[in-house]
Amino acid sequence: MNEETSPTQNRRDFLKTTAVVAGMTVAPGVLLYGVSRAHHAEGAVTSDVRWGMLIDTTKCSEGCDKCVSACATEHGLTEDVRPEIAAQWIRKVGVRDKQTGKEYSLPLLCQHCEHPPCVDVCPTGASFKRADGIVLVDKHICIGCRYCMMACPYKARSFIHETLENQKPYSPRGKGTVESCTLCVHRVDNEQQPACVEACNKVGHKAMLFGDLKDPNSDISKKLKEVSSTALRPDLRLNPGVRYQGL
Amino acid sequence: MKNINYCVIEGKSAGFYGGIAVSVFFILLGLFAAYNMEHHGHVITGMNNQIVWGMPHVFAIFLILSASGVLNVASISSVFRKIFYHPLARLSALLAITLLIGGLSVLVLDLGHPDRLVVAMTSYNLKSIFSWNMFLYNGFLLICVIYLWFMMERRMQRYYPTVGLIAFIWRLILTTGTGSIFGFLVAREAYHTAIMAPLFIALSLSLGLAVFLIVLIIDCWEKQCPLGQGILHRPKTLLGVFIGAVFYFVLAYHSSHLYFTGRHGVEYFILAGGGIYTVLFWGGYIFLGTILPLLLLYHERFSKSCASIAAASVLTIVGGFALLYVIIIGGQAYPLEIFPGMEVTSSSFFDKGIHAYTPSGWEILLGISGIAIAALLTVLALRILPFMPCSLADIDIEPQFKD
Ligand code: SF4
Ligand code: SF4
Repeated sequence: MNEETSPTQNRRDFLKTTAVVAGMTVAPGVLLYGVSRAHHAEGAVTSDVRWGMLIDTTKCSEGCDKCVSACATEHGLTEDVRPEIAAQWIRKVGVRDKQTGKEYSLPLLCQHCEHPPCVDVCPTGASFKRADGIVLVDKHICIGCRYCMMACPYKARSFIHETLENQKPYSPRGKGTVESCTLCVHRVDNEQQPACVEACNKVGHKAMLFGDLKDPNSDISKKLKEVSSTALRPDLRLNPGVRYQGL
Repeated sequence: MKNINYCVIEGKSAGFYGGIAVSVFFILLGLFAAYNMEHHGHVITGMNNQIVWGMPHVFAIFLILSASGVLNVASISSVFRKIFYHPLARLSALLAITLLIGGLSVLVLDLGHPDRLVVAMTSYNLKSIFSWNMFLYNGFLLICVIYLWFMMERRMQRYYPTVGLIAFIWRLILTTGTGSIFGFLVAREAYHTAIMAPLFIALSLSLGLAVFLIVLIIDCWEKQCPLGQGILHRPKTLLGVFIGAVFYFVLAYHSSHLYFTGRHGVEYFILAGGGIYTVLFWGGYIFLGTILPLLLLYHERFSKSCASIAAASVLTIVGGFALLYVIIIGGQAYPLEIFPGMEVTSSSFFDKGIHAYTPSGWEILLGISGIAIAALLTVLALRILPFMPCSLADIDIEPQFKD
């Protein structure tokens, strides 16, 4: 577990020592985020929890993309650029079983792998996993090499190809860096649910269940014990924090 | 072997100034492209969230592979004690340095944040093969410099074979590292195979030697120094062997993929249904880059002339470049298999179908500037220090350097 906490600590040291320099080179929002997260990290980020999500494909409705739009609003992913380069942290995918013809519709996002290839390959350590299992990119030290995008089996990451405006202070982004779903870490640290989960519940589909995988009494743990679920590409043995039911 | 005379190039000819002018011109264009990519973002390139590594990476990896391969000539002379290659060892080590600098420049200038190079140099993630490569590349540059110094400094000559051996081993590890950048990508069907490393080693040998022969011929043409058939003959045979080796590994790569049922899709894509990638594979790599040069090198009608050796070298480079394009871009163009056994019917994030990529002018300019950087550094170095034997005529070389 030590191994898992160290990136956070390094990150904090890094922030301390380079705050002045960084403040001059990155958007103010970025710094704000770093400080606020470090603050929460003092108390909240521990390896006693592992955040995860269970997605029930039988409840996910085909035409609905409320989770996607909620994410875009929450994090300000609203650039007007050609679709090939537009960032998407969560997307809706439709698939059909080649044998049976059965169709499924489901949201796909960063799976917050326990053994994340994106973190393994990142040369600078910008991609890191918090002790509570959330995989993030430190925009201070991401050099924009995109190796993590090559390595991610789920195509969960986006590279920022253009200058951004109207950033949210709690969700910093920057041209020339890579980003992906943060599992709404700013909300989770305040004991709220991720925006996508909230939106899905609000329209009544309730297809996304968020919670602590390590707490046997959490709703998600109980449900996982009860129903059969699967990880995407289980053969890769990355043990993602996001699991799918009914697939 | 003590008595070879090395000369600097005179630097008065039109070729010399022309070469410098052209290199500087392309370097400036490349820097302009990099500035624009930095200023506007990668939005101006053809790269996107699907094809994340594009043309600059093809150029960069081409240069890095050539750099490690070009050192082969020096290795042959010092590690394998082939005295025949000795007069060319200095040029070989020099090219290794300049080509690597050219390749790394492209790689760095393409980063989303080239301004954070210091971060890349100071914070390492030791698990990342990329970090290892930074270490390997810097180490390679250092070793090549020491190698050159020992070669040129009479007092140091007795350590020269030791450094040569270190350089040789370092180079093999370096190319393995470059190949592993791709080989370690578990999720990408086209890349995740152990053959990637030996394939890259073979490719580096053929590309490196081809680049070396071209530089040798150009240099002799510029200096109007006599270039004997003898001095070209042996490397020429070797080039043929390397081209064959690359072909062997390409064959092994594709047949092993065909063996795994799960990889038929990507194989079919590259070999038959992949449009530009299929054309580049068969037309570019197989025909232009393998069959034609082998014909030029071995068929009696051509194999004697200097021009056909030059042509074979150029074709080897064209073929290697095409192969790298197919591997790097083609491997990304084929969609990731996120749902095995399922077919993607809809997605807002391009999970369905082949990803399109058209390299932009910016990317190509940036790539070419890498070659220009290598060329400029080489020409300047040749002007300043004596890297080349004054004469490569058979009569000056052969009697002393017969094996
Ligand atoms: S899904 Fe991709 S981006 Fe997310 S943790 Fe896993 S490898 Fe990293
Ligand atoms: S793009 Fe950034 S986060 Fe991704 S591997 Fe490179 S430095 Fe790490």
